Amino acid sequence: MPEARGKQISLELSGITKVYPGAIALNKVSLDISGGEVVGLIGENGAGKSTLMKILGGAIQPDEGRILIDGEVVSALTPSRAAGLGIAFVHQELNPFSNLDVTANVLLGREIRKGILGFVDRVAMERKVQPILDLLGTRFGPKDPVSDLSLADQQLLEIARALSINVRLLILDEPTSSLTISETRRLLEVIAKLRTDGVAVLFITHRLTEIVEVADRVVALRDGRNAGELDRGQICKDRMVRMMIGRDVGKFYEKADHVPGRPVLRVKGLRTRAYPHQAVELCLHSGEISCLAGLVGAGRTELARAIFGIDPVEGGEIEMDDKVLRGNSVPEAIAAGICLVPEDRKAEGLFLDFAILENIAMPSHAALSRRGFVDVGAETRLADDSRTKLRIKASSLDRAVAELSGGNQQKVVLAKWLAMNPKLIILDEPTRGIDVGAKAEVYHLMQQLAGQGVALLVISSDMEEVIGISDRVAVMCRGRISGILNRAELTEESILRLAVE
Amino acid sequence: MQKKDIGLATLVVSVGAIVAMVNPRFLSPINLANTANLIGLFGLFSIAEAFVIVTAGIELSIGSVIALLGVIFVDLIASFNVPWPMALAVVMVLSIFIGLLHGWLITRLKLQPFVVTLCGLLIYRGVARFYTKDGTAGFTFGSDFPMLEFLVSGRTAGVPHSVVAFGLVAIVAWFLLHRTVFGRHLFAVGKNVEAARYSGIDTDRVIIQAYVLCAFLTGISAVFFAMYTRSVQPSSHGNFYELYGIAAAVLGGFSLRGGEGSIVGVVLGVILLQILQNLVNLLGIPSSLNFAVMGSVILAGVIADTQFSRYREVRRQQMAMAALQDSEQR
Repeated sequence: MPEARGKQISLELSGITKVYPGAIALNKVSLDISGGEVVGLIGENGAGKSTLMKILGGAIQPDEGRILIDGEVVSALTPSRAAGLGIAFVHQELNPFSNLDVTANVLLGREIRKGILGFVDRVAMERKVQPILDLLGTRFGPKDPVSDLSLADQQLLEIARALSINVRLLILDEPTSSLTISETRRLLEVIAKLRTDGVAVLFITHRLTEIVEVADRVVALRDGRNAGELDRGQICKDRMVRMMIGRDVGKFYEKADHVPGRPVLRVKGLRTRAYPHQAVELCLHSGEISCLAGLVGAGRTELARAIFGIDPVEGGEIEMDDKVLRGNSVPEAIAAGICLVPEDRKAEGLFLDFAILENIAMPSHAALSRRGFVDVGAETRLADDSRTKLRIKASSLDRAVAELSGGNQQKVVLAKWLAMNPKLIILDEPTRGIDVGAKAEVYHLMQQLAGQGVALLVISSDMEEVIGISDRVAVMCRGRISGILNRAELTEESILRLAVE
Repeated sequence: MQKKDIGLATLVVSVGAIVAMVNPRFLSPINLANTANLIGLFGLFSIAEAFVIVTAGIELSIGSVIALLGVIFVDLIASFNVPWPMALAVVMVLSIFIGLLHGWLITRLKLQPFVVTLCGLLIYRGVARFYTKDGTAGFTFGSDFPMLEFLVSGRTAGVPHSVVAFGLVAIVAWFLLHRTVFGRHLFAVGKNVEAARYSGIDTDRVIIQAYVLCAFLTGISAVFFAMYTRSVQPSSHGNFYELYGIAAAVLGGFSLRGGEGSIVGVVLGVILLQILQNLVNLLGIPSSLNFAVMGSVILAGVIADTQFSRYREVRRQQMAMAALQDSEQR
């Protein structure tokens, strides 16, 4: 790091309680961390991890409890106070300013000025940002516009922003959820390097492998309480899972043997807008779980969007049940039995301020209506049914979806599509940012659907997941399908080779 | 009724009561009928505006459309001797065309609603003035249309027909917005247009329909206003009416970000605004302060609304904390 670092941080949280109407987010939680230490924080969604992080970042105030930093009680922690103390925070949700370039984003609010008029000193700013980007090994430079960056690069940008202050405690909330394997590896190396520099790193993730690799200690939360701690030597996946959910999960990836049925979807020579010169051929069978693997930016999401009718296609045919779709019409795709669980749950999958009931019933309104009038009774029955079937944890169907945890939000998205009795479900990163328990439930549901003869196409960047659940894997690389692997041929290596060739 | 509506209704009743106490003439049959007539007239296009605002859009050309269609309606009858049902049909077809045009520009050409309808505001006003060479379009002296006049400006049992029309439109609008699939789709498109698309809603179509509906109601309103004033002065007729409609909708709980609001709210908003106008007259406040009074009340209402919801949040928080401590002591 370019700047001289102050002394190492020692931070101690004790008896932290935070109450929200209708829910206790944190109940007497304790956590300590000091410089040169990497602590993994794990827990299911809704366990209170994010709330704890927000308290550390000064975004919200605890109702009770004590925060001790460098031996001094800090009563009112505000974001600027936290930053002054060297606490930097990388959020799970990315919100870079896409109208600015990399340098302006990294040093936002801390621009270097020169002269009496206080003009922004671009040269000095770039000189300051470049070494941070070097440290992270980014593909982008300080002058690149952020609007051109991929999701993964935006993630690295957020981390660069955190590193640009005199950081003593770096908090990372699910930093790898949108990163590829090599980028994740790179990030873990950065974390290790920061540790040797005496930085404390608090690392929140659902990917337990990463914890095993990098953490010195792991702290688990469950239902807003401390659920145990493991030291370096004790860290193993099984024990972490047990702490998080309070029991054994049994077999995580259950893999039933499906007999693939008749072909449901045929994609012939499809060319998407992202890769107008690559023709994609794909055939999906009923009762089969197919995965679309590949690096971020390989054109997987674009393919899914084209099939679902969101984006117009450049050429080629989409055939569902031997009927050619006109294309670029979501209603048509839904009528043909295609559903899409989108990658960006909050922006594309849900109406956050609307009730759970309203969200589940949204695509079914017309089907359940009587002469154009909404049938509230039928919709309530439908939503109630879905809640029981998918085990959506909510006190009432009238609660806004925004109040639910990530896993439960994803279940609401699934519920709204299952109500349509689809023949093909496309799931784009269905388990991103959701906890182990909910993940297992989603996998179970997918197996069940395949057993009922539904065709599933899963887009996933999680290798373990791809290998664990799929009957067949199509690997995409720069807009084309570079290879198809059967279950027997599936290894991390074989997928990766096709993904980067 | 939603909580907001109840709050607004209380406000309407209390303002009405205060005015009545200070000046009992407020409750005189003549004053009530006149106020009701104005509520009916202004209510028609306020509901029109609400349908567009709920989709996170805006319609700024309402006043100009009322002037243009008013001029055309009167002129067709007065100068071209077109039978009034024909003239009415022409006006309604034109209004639908205007709605389609706005919707098309917004959805297909991806223009911002504010820009499209701002241009509409300027264009229609200009065309209306050009059409009459900046003169006033009026009926020739002594002309009489008993049927039309009865339908539009007549009364049944003392109730002005504008109020009857407003009531009918409000009831239909309530069902449409709060009980039909179309209504749900309007809210969905206004709240999150991406998620609406991903849910299989034809968002472009819903938005176009909203603008057509708005323009259609504005067309009806234009006929009522033309018959109310009997002569249309195109440079001033309907000025600022779009802002009046927006004010009524905002007062009634519609968010300009879309996806929120209720028909009961906008109806109450219209009533409140008219009572305020009436209050200015009855309490001897200089009529030049008219807009200032309206603006202040809307501002106060919006501030009160946000403060109340913040207060409720804090209260819920405290109760939850108390419940937690309570359960631990036991």
